[in-house]
Amino acid sequence: MSSWKEVVALDDIPVLGSRVYRTDDQEIAVFRTRDDSVFAIHNLCPHKGGMLSEGIVYDHKVTCPLHNWVISLEDGEAQGADEGSTACFETKVESGKVYINL
Amino acid sequence: MKKIVLIGNGMAGVRTLEELFKITEEKFDITVFGSEPYGNYNRIMLSPVLAGEKTIDEIMINDLDWYKDNDITLHTDSTITSINRSSKTVIDDKGNSYGYDKLLIATGSNPFILPIEGHDLDGVIGFRDIADVDQMIDAAKNHKNAIVIGGGLLGLEAANGLMKQGMNVTVVHLLADLMEMQLDSTASQMLLTSLRERGMSFKLEAQTQKLIADDSGRVKQIEFSDESAMDADLVVMAVGIRPNFILAQESGIHCERGIVVDDTMLTFDPSIYAVGECIQHRGLCYGLVAPLFEQAKVCANHLAEYGIGMYEGSVTSTKLKVTGIDLFSAGNFKGTENSEDLVFQDVARGVYKKIVIENDIIIGSVMYGDTIDGSWYFQLMKDENNIADMRDRLLFGQAHVGDSGHGPLDMVAAMDDSAEICGCNGVCKGDIVSAINEKNLFTLEDVRAHTKASSSCGSCTGLVEQLIATTLGGEYSESPKKKPICGCTENTKQEVHDFIFKNDFDTVFEVFAKMDWENADGCHVCRPEVNYYLLAANPDYEDDAQSRFINERSHGNIQKDGTYSVVPRMWGGVTTPLELRTIADVVDKFNIPTMKVTGGQRIDLFGVTKEDLPKVWKDLGAGGLVSGHAYGKSLRTVKTCAGDTWCRFGTKDSMGMGVTLEKMTWGSWMPHKFKLAVSGCPRNCAEATIKDFGLVAVQSGWELHVGGNGGIKVRVTDLLTRVESDEEAIEYVGAYCQLYREDALYLERTAPWIDRVGLSFVTEQLVDDEANRKALHARFLVSQLKTQNDPWKERAEGAQNHQFEVITQ
Ligand SMILES: Cc1cc2nc3c(=O)[nH]c(=O)nc-3n(C[C@H](O)[C@H](O)[C@H](O)COP(=O)(O)OP(=O)(O)OC[C@H]3O[C@@H](n4cnc5c(N)ncnc54)[C@H](O)[C@@H]3O)c2cc1C
Ligand code: SF4
Ligand code: SF4
Ligand code: FES
Repeated sequence: MSSWKEVVALDDIPVLGSRVYRTDDQEIAVFRTRDDSVFAIHNLCPHKGGMLSEGIVYDHKVTCPLHNWVISLEDGEAQGADEGSTACFETKVESGKVYINL
Repeated sequence: MKKIVLIGNGMAGVRTLEELFKITEEKFDITVFGSEPYGNYNRIMLSPVLAGEKTIDEIMINDLDWYKDNDITLHTDSTITSINRSSKTVIDDKGNSYGYDKLLIATGSNPFILPIEGHDLDGVIGFRDIADVDQMIDAAKNHKNAIVIGGGLLGLEAANGLMKQGMNVTVVHLLADLMEMQLDSTASQMLLTSLRERGMSFKLEAQTQKLIADDSGRVKQIEFSDESAMDADLVVMAVGIRPNFILAQESGIHCERGIVVDDTMLTFDPSIYAVGECIQHRGLCYGLVAPLFEQAKVCANHLAEYGIGMYEGSVTSTKLKVTGIDLFSAGNFKGTENSEDLVFQDVARGVYKKIVIENDIIIGSVMYGDTIDGSWYFQLMKDENNIADMRDRLLFGQAHVGDSGHGPLDMVAAMDDSAEICGCNGVCKGDIVSAINEKNLFTLEDVRAHTKASSSCGSCTGLVEQLIATTLGGEYSESPKKKPICGCTENTKQEVHDFIFKNDFDTVFEVFAKMDWENADGCHVCRPEVNYYLLAANPDYEDDAQSRFINERSHGNIQKDGTYSVVPRMWGGVTTPLELRTIADVVDKFNIPTMKVTGGQRIDLFGVTKEDLPKVWKDLGAGGLVSGHAYGKSLRTVKTCAGDTWCRFGTKDSMGMGVTLEKMTWGSWMPHKFKLAVSGCPRNCAEATIKDFGLVAVQSGWELHVGGNGGIKVRVTDLLTRVESDEEAIEYVGAYCQLYREDALYLERTAPWIDRVGLSFVTEQLVDDEANRKALHARFLVSQLKTQNDPWKERAEGAQNHQFEVITQ
């Protein structure tokens, strides 16, 4: 079942940066990459729970600020030799607004 | 799908495939042929297997499942007998043929078997593969006397293993010195003595004439050219290896002493690459693993058709994998006409070190008994560092010279498994050691990928490299001489630094494009570094927040629970009731759990949530407090003592000087954190001699000290110079800051920077050249114009508030 939520204006997310969206039971990090794609993933690193929203973003990836795991924004999978994944949410941008499918 | 065929299921070939998978997502149709009946194993560990210290299972790098998981078709027990280059097919020993688009030859080498009478008898073998080891272990069960021909690295490891298996072992060697390719005569004699003490026998300066069989056709005796003879039930020939290139040669590929390849690992046939011991590159053949890992990387790059890797040859070093014997050798240890030797010898302790130097650069070294500093000397040699400044202490090792912030190897070896090696990523010794053993890691890069150790600030790199060296016990693949910043580029820190300072760029992305980064966005390693160089090179550069680590973006120190610590500046460690009251009020208002006085004479507030940060800063700002930059690669603190204002010993106003210096330097971005201290007399209560820059007042003026460091590895400062006036002292501080900002590499603290460039460089730039000093100081002041805006104030007033505001439903 899809339920799209409007979250924030695209322009309010810095390029190669993120915003944090908090629901009752979880925190979601919403990223904007340099090609203006938007990704939403659970703000919890599969390693030791670091806040991915605080990481450095490049390509469609983010590096966790705590121990440098690199997480794919496309599928939430840890890259390289690390193993683990974090939940992802569908996103869309319509007339400058970012929506997440919760 | 492109068809790749690999001939030779050994270390180099499979490593190339691994590198290929690492760099591209493209799928290939890969077929591998190996004469041996196994997956891919770590050949260098056959010695410990023979010595009973490891099992075959433990030395498997890739088992059969790995091939399945990567969709590789593996034909074990299958030898390729010919290559048809015109039809692009290979033919195996069963007569089947297979087509390829790209062929990779990695057939390794064969042990050289002396063509003497009896060389083909039963019980006469080489030492190359698992089958050889099986035979040796088998022989040890039923036979007593083993002869190893060849007193080189491989021969001695074989002899040691056979001895451990319970055989009587005699090593036969043509010369009087063992391992003459790696050791000088002194070290070689020390080795001989200690191997004898372990029960190994030797027949030196002896030439083998023939091997004599018993009735069953098995060897029973060895005869020498002087007609003497010895009993022998097993003869291991370890007199050298020959690159295995027959197959390539017969198919018409140009071979000399090996398969000739260019810097891209391409043979004379544009569809055929070759790597490993079977090749000859720039006239050299290699017999160690380190070079072939570098080759594998380059080759993979070209198989993936990226076309940017170049193999430029390797510098190698050797260690003997005989437990309990420490021996290290690298480079030209015999010296040249113009070289000098530095020698240290302690017969009683069995320690010998020789370093060969030419024009103040290390060109070779041999060490016996105490090899702790081997990898350090090797690094100095590869980097061609000028050692003039540390020449008098060089032989005593890294511990006595000051290093990149960490202690020497004995410290690593003695460390507890739970000791933290990488502070950034919280990786302890035990994690690294077990990753190396279980996952068969060889290189720094492997260890980084699997453990994250040394993948952030890099200050523990030396420690990790030493740990790899001790853990593998023998040869490991030293990181290549040229270390790229990260996987995005081939360029080293120095190259990127120099390029940025010589050119004009407005954004990090321009640099990436101009320098052919593989990755248009860079990554978390290179982007902060490039951003810093841009900032240091050009005072007008617009700092890029998204290229900074979170601490420098949020202007607080992220703690392990995701909260931040906040440290307001206290100028020169001097404070007022208003400041203290403001801090106390903030702590009450925001329920900040912990307050702590820091070593830098200020107060740290722990446990502030990110959303509270701007509010906390606002209140602090109202009381006149600004950011202490305790989170940044920047000026941290200026520590002071009481000085002549209050102290009866004081000769100068150290507090006043401290405040002046902090007002001048605060806010500046540096390659790494930077600390100052000012003491009012030589009693040095402010501990100025372990700071990046320390001032100590004397009757006649100020003593200026540089390059100190507290932390894991203490480095005491070097005295730079003495000056008379306060103005001169201040100018020196500014000029030194700027020199460090412009010359040092990102994440290099002043201590390792000075170790690298030499104190004499700093002296030339600052003391000997007054005009240059003044110019540096002036540049520093210009750069400060833009940075001395309190980042907290800006954020409290709403800058970057996207960072601090959480969106809720
Ligand atoms: C006992 C021992 C100890 C060593 N210790 C060290 C050390 O401490 N440090 C160090 O740096 N190096 C050491 N080495 C050297 C190191 O192992 C080699 O440099 C490395 O294995 C070479 O890799 P390669 O891929 O070129 O060859 P190999 O690993 O030998 O692989 C070649 C493979 O190709 C197969 N092959 C050959 N021809 C064909 C064909 N026609 N068809 C199919 N398959 C074929 C062979 O059977 C073999 O499996 C040691 C070597 C030995 C034997
Ligand atoms: S010494 Fe430094 S790094 Fe270590 S626990 Fe204390 S504050 Fe942390
Ligand atoms: S360094 Fe000298 S002046 Fe400063 S407090 Fe110590 S004794 Fe006094
Ligand atoms: S918590 Fe993310 S890398 Fe450790």
